[in-house]
Amino acid sequence: MTKMNISLTVNGQVHEVEAEPRQLLIHLLREDLNLTGAHIGCETSHCGACTVEMDGKSVKACTVFAAQAQGADITTIEGLAEPGTLNVLQESFREHHGLQCGYCTPGMITRAHRLLQENPTPTEEDVRFGMAGNLCRCTGYQNIVKSIMAAANELNPAKEAAE
Amino acid sequence: MIPAAFDYHRPQGIEDAIAILQKHGDDARVIAGGHSLIPMMKLRMAEVPNLVDLQDIESLKGITIQNGRVNIGAMVTQHELITNEGLAAAAPIMREAALQIADPQVRYMGTIGGNVANGDPGNDMPGLMQCLDATFTLFGPDGARGVKARDFYEGAYMTERDDEEIMTAIHFDASTAGYAYEKQKRKIGDYATAAAAVMLTKDGQTCSSAAIALTNLSDTPIWSQGAGAALIGTDCGPAAIKAAVAAGLDDIDPSEDNRGPIAFKYHAARMMISRAIASAWARA
Repeated sequence: MTKMNISLTVNGQVHEVEAEPRQLLIHLLREDLNLTGAHIGCETSHCGACTVEMDGKSVKACTVFAAQAQGADITTIEGLAEPGTLNVLQESFREHHGLQCGYCTPGMITRAHRLLQENPTPTEEDVRFGMAGNLCRCTGYQNIVKSIMAAANELNPAKEAAE
Repeated sequence: MIPAAFDYHRPQGIEDAIAILQKHGDDARVIAGGHSLIPMMKLRMAEVPNLVDLQDIESLKGITIQNGRVNIGAMVTQHELITNEGLAAAAPIMREAALQIADPQVRYMGTIGGNVANGDPGNDMPGLMQCLDATFTLFGPDGARGVKARDFYEGAYMTERDDEEIMTAIHFDASTAGYAYEKQKRKIGDYATAAAAVMLTKDGQTCSSAAIALTNLSDTPIWSQGAGAALIGTDCGPAAIKAAVAAGLDDIDPSEDNRGPIAFKYHAARMMISRAIASAWARA
């Protein structure tokens, strides 16, 4: 089957990739662009380990064909902070023990990033509901929720100061 | 988990999409959000030699509310249904139901058109559309036609839509009726064990109109006229609710699956119907 040229923006950089239409976005990111932050967990759109942001939406990259992402603007965990530095959410997950094995963490943080864009002052219930598409088998979620709440608190005074 | 190879099409207009379906016949299928179709393709339970992506067709997008009529483009996502304030005012049951579908990531991609057109008995929107007495617009080689949601579903994955037609929009009347969508599921992201959509209007303390539809309790959604009729003219008290539940249970035909045996499905249906009636009545 013929390959197609797929043009997409990932973390602010335009890429041209030759791929079969059936290739999944997660494979394109990991194997063609060497962005291995987003993980492959269940590969059945349940666990959220492969979550990336596509055109302002949190999506499970195991359930998007590369061809559908033609022209899309994508942000992965690698795009949330400069190399060697940590984003507020990453720092907060470290501070509040929001991870153990770390496998789900890139998906958790990428999803939480979008959640806080849309709802900068979430309640704990908002966080639990908004994170319901991401599974963690280590932490029991308590510290993940705590990390996201702390990041929201951290971001808000910073926002007010900037205004 | 790699699907069979396919050719990818991304038409810019609905006529172009129809032309591709006409050219390839059974070898072509449209994709909206893809969160039903892609998993089936990955499992190789669906083979689609020509995949027709509808994402660039602008006429399938957007929600408008005019003269008391709600019009929703087929490519509107569940996320948009939840966040649209106009829709929340005109038909609050839509937000209540959409919040109970799948998880946040899936709701950003999953569309109302895909949910209602696929004919999956597990999907929540078909029953809701029957409760709202919605009309679907189907566009095909001969132009557009309207089909009532209550006439659309023939069996599991079998609907009134012809192979060369694409669902383009959904329409229903805005309503101030009391409403509720109650769904029992095993976990976030699951399909319903049983779910009930109820809309009620009240004249004084008497129920003046009632629409009740049920999800995943048969191979199609079930619009239970009997359940609605059992409430009209009553005070929606315990006796009326009991009669409506009995009428609703008469109309369903659940099957045993990994959500439980048939007796449990009846139990869950009983609970969902009675809760939804009580909740809708309290809001009427």
